Amino acid sequence: MIQPTHYSNRILRPVRDWFVWLTLLLAIFLSMIPVGHLPGYPEWVALTLTFWCIREPFKVGMGAALLIGIVMDVSSASVMGQHSLAYVLLAFTANGLSRRILQFPLPQQALQILPLLLSTQLIMLATRMSVGSEFPGLTYFLESFTSALLWYPLTYLLLLPQYQPHEKDENRPI
Amino acid sequence: MSVVGQQPPPFFNRGPAPLARLAFFIAVSLLMLVLDLRFHTLEWARQGVALVVYPLQRIAYAPVEAIQHGSGYFTTLITLKNENELLRQRQLGTANQLLRQEHLELENQRLRALLDMKLRQPATGQMAEILYAARDRFARRVIIDKGNQQAISPGQVVVDEQGVIGQVTRTFPLLSEVTLITDKDQAVPVQIVRNGLRSVLFGAGAGNLELRFLAANADVQAGDTLVTSGLDGVYLPGLPVAKVTRVDRDTAYAFARILCEPIAGVERYGQVLVLGRHEVLPPAPPDPETNDRPDKGRKGKRRDPL
Repeated sequence: MIQPTHYSNRILRPVRDWFVWLTLLLAIFLSMIPVGHLPGYPEWVALTLTFWCIREPFKVGMGAALLIGIVMDVSSASVMGQHSLAYVLLAFTANGLSRRILQFPLPQQALQILPLLLSTQLIMLATRMSVGSEFPGLTYFLESFTSALLWYPLTYLLLLPQYQPHEKDENRPI
Repeated sequence: MSVVGQQPPPFFNRGPAPLARLAFFIAVSLLMLVLDLRFHTLEWARQGVALVVYPLQRIAYAPVEAIQHGSGYFTTLITLKNENELLRQRQLGTANQLLRQEHLELENQRLRALLDMKLRQPATGQMAEILYAARDRFARRVIIDKGNQQAISPGQVVVDEQGVIGQVTRTFPLLSEVTLITDKDQAVPVQIVRNGLRSVLFGAGAGNLELRFLAANADVQAGDTLVTSGLDGVYLPGLPVAKVTRVDRDTAYAFARILCEPIAGVERYGQVLVLGRHEVLPPAPPDPETNDRPDKGRKGKRRDPL
């Protein structure tokens, strides 16, 4: 039986591989902007990775998460394996929840993304605290909240190429 | 041997199960963590990735650089005038010391030669600029704009015009990473100027420093200045490091709790000086008790069965 939904999903064109990788690269680039320890600077990489893990679970998964994690470990001068461990777990959960989360409207999706991002940060915190690093303060968790707020605009932005019709036709709805 | 109906169609074939893949990737991550934290054997991988990532990092830094330079361009004439005045005053204030420095150094050399002491090493330095703080929230590190190419090597000490700010811990071709003295893992051997008491200074979080493992009745007072003792052969002796801000003596504990704050602008940005490498020290003398150890071991073993 088909569950009735109140939301009409637009029929999207298939995503292009290069676009996925370009956006992930762009997210890494944004995370490299040296803002210092500005509280609440969004976690672009975790957010974009979650987005593609949910939207395209067959294309982006744990392997990509591991690779991106290594790049993040190096670029943020942290311990090797810290980001990769957190991102692999994030990708696994996001891949598993992708069918479920996509059923919801965007604000509720953002609410479900928040615990994912928070647990990613918690894993990183646990990794570093277990080897005796300093606690960065509660403002550290602000990053997840600003990232979750960005879920709504980010979805539109990243799906924009898939909204474009193959050939322009005034009389066709998509 | 593939017979129709024996195997699932290829579009259901998605490789190993997600849980198996998760286990594999977690194992890889944990392996990296252990290798990096415990054995420090992943530096080659880090260097490789850093080389690839460097152009991206440089471009990402461009807007911040533009803002910094832009704001510098629009500083008012009055600010510059005031700063100029201040610098001139400071120069006059230190002129006395500076003019006599050469004379004093020569005298020091002669006296040390007379006393047959080891000569003090001349300090060389290299100017560098702090570019930005590393994004890692769990450590206090900054990135400076000199690297391997400018002959910077790990272990070198970084100072600003007031005192020690940290130590180079990792170098890349064109950048290096400096761990600040306020980092929790960073230790600086220091002595108190007033009485020459030696100790080791550790980062205590929140930009503070702490003198650990000093007895509760140790002669330390608030306001004491700490300078490097030079005992480790890494830091030159006599560089100002920190000032004692508070001493808590609780008889319940064996050690006093001594909080200090850095003298140099540790958490600020700007020009720094990377001091040249110290001469390699002679090897430590052999442990005089090494001959006794096998005996002790045997005694212990003999005792065990009894």
